[in-house]
Amino acid sequence: MSEPVTSIRRPVRLEYDFTAGRAMSRFLLGLAEGRILGQGCPECARVYLPPRGTCPTCGVPAEEEVEVSPRGTVTTFCVVNIPSQVLVVPVPYVCANILLDGADVPIFHLIQECPIEEVRMGLRVEAVWVPAGELKATFESIRHFRPSDEPDAAYDSYREHL
Amino acid sequence: MREVAIVSFAQAPSVRRETERNEVEMLTPVIAEAIERSAISRKEIGFTISGSSDYLAGQPFSFVTALDAVGAWPPIRESHVEMDGAWALYEAWVRLQIGDVDSALVYAFGKSSPGDLGEVLALQLDPYYLAPLWPDPVSLAALQARALLESTGYTERDMAEVAARSRRDAQSNPNAQVASDFSVDDLLAEPYLVSPLRKHDCPPVSDSAAAVVLAAGDLARRVCERPAWVRGIDHRIDPHYPGVRNLAESPSAALAAREAGVGDAPVDVAEVHAPFSHQELILRDALGLDGRTAINPSGGALAANPVMAAGLIRIGEAARRIMEGNARRAVAHATSGPCLQQNLVCVLEGD
Ligand SMILES: [Zn+2]
Repeated sequence: MSEPVTSIRRPVRLEYDFTAGRAMSRFLLGLAEGRILGQGCPECARVYLPPRGTCPTCGVPAEEEVEVSPRGTVTTFCVVNIPSQVLVVPVPYVCANILLDGADVPIFHLIQECPIEEVRMGLRVEAVWVPAGELKATFESIRHFRPSDEPDAAYDSYREHL
Repeated sequence: MREVAIVSFAQAPSVRRETERNEVEMLTPVIAEAIERSAISRKEIGFTISGSSDYLAGQPFSFVTALDAVGAWPPIRESHVEMDGAWALYEAWVRLQIGDVDSALVYAFGKSSPGDLGEVLALQLDPYYLAPLWPDPVSLAALQARALLESTGYTERDMAEVAARSRRDAQSNPNAQVASDFSVDDLLAEPYLVSPLRKHDCPPVSDSAAAVVLAAGDLARRVCERPAWVRGIDHRIDPHYPGVRNLAESPSAALAAREAGVGDAPVDVAEVHAPFSHQELILRDALGLDGRTAINPSGGALAANPVMAAGLIRIGEAARRIMEGNARRAVAHATSGPCLQQNLVCVLEGD
């Protein structure tokens, strides 16, 4: 008897052309101009960021363009101690949900230029962009967020967005 | 059995490659149109279910993202099948039998263009013996066509007649992707793509989406002048491995047709999901359809084949003919898997 077959190798790789869609395309093209563009719902007035073309709450198209502020509030955060294979940020570093002024959905980004033990819920932060000549249609056009030296936001101002 | 009817249907025109809109953006106007036509308000819909495949989009949980198009707040009753939307419609029909809800939204999205569809569909095959060889669906269908030609009296001319009729009929379907008027002799003069299949024997690669609203009993009568009542619905499966089947016939489609009651009365119109021309020949025999039935007046899957939505579109097209008063009894069929492996048959009737 020969050895039983206990495993086979079967490499699988599929490639896709991703369609960002109209809403996400407008958002990404805005970043190339140093602007942060969301979309507002005509029924409930929520502003979605990144925009999705619809309001998932109301189930209607939400295509009204709304420019939101590059400043916002940390709603929650975590301290990452595992080195990333793709991010060139030394550990430990902080990832946070940031509710930009004028948006109803927080975005996910890095907090830098701030001691880790000083990051907290309610911390006010501002976007740090790459130099104007390096702006592109990618989220990486915002390098990170840093404290904006404003007083902390009150819990009630972001409790609905946690 | 509780009486359940299709009361509205909407679809996006099929295109080869939708580069501007993503899946959710394609779906949003289709769902809105189906709900508006149903005259049932979005908040009243009792059950919501979708059919799609993450492998097409190349994104995990793409069906969850698609809920953006629905408006799922306050929380709704929702389900999903990783199959053609026709099977989602089956689950919705079962759900309506329970009796606590009276309406259901069924939708399907099939954006086939982001990946290489042949490679994507190879991954539905048995992972040990077949998928490592990456057989594409056209080659598998060609094996089936050869088995049919060699074991029956059917000829390549019969196949070309199916293709010519389908694409001629598609000229009056604004949602069709491939429509043209060719003679059978012109088609037979074309070279083989994968012998015995020529290009016209194969479906186009299509991006589209579709939605159907179901309603039970009195609600269906109240919101729809001519509801398309689901009088029978059944789905069956043949073995997964093509090598153990006689590919020239479709026992699962024949059994589903019998259980759904296709042969109980004459059929005015049938929409059968036959992505390849020879598969219509197999299905006509399995379903027991003859010359008295108009087959695929929409052009069928040879005119537009959005994977995961094409089966639901067959049901919608059949229902539309009843709702518009152009047919009294219709049959719709959907297929999935390699070489007609899985088959669903639905019998629809007007009052
Ligand atoms: Zn809204």
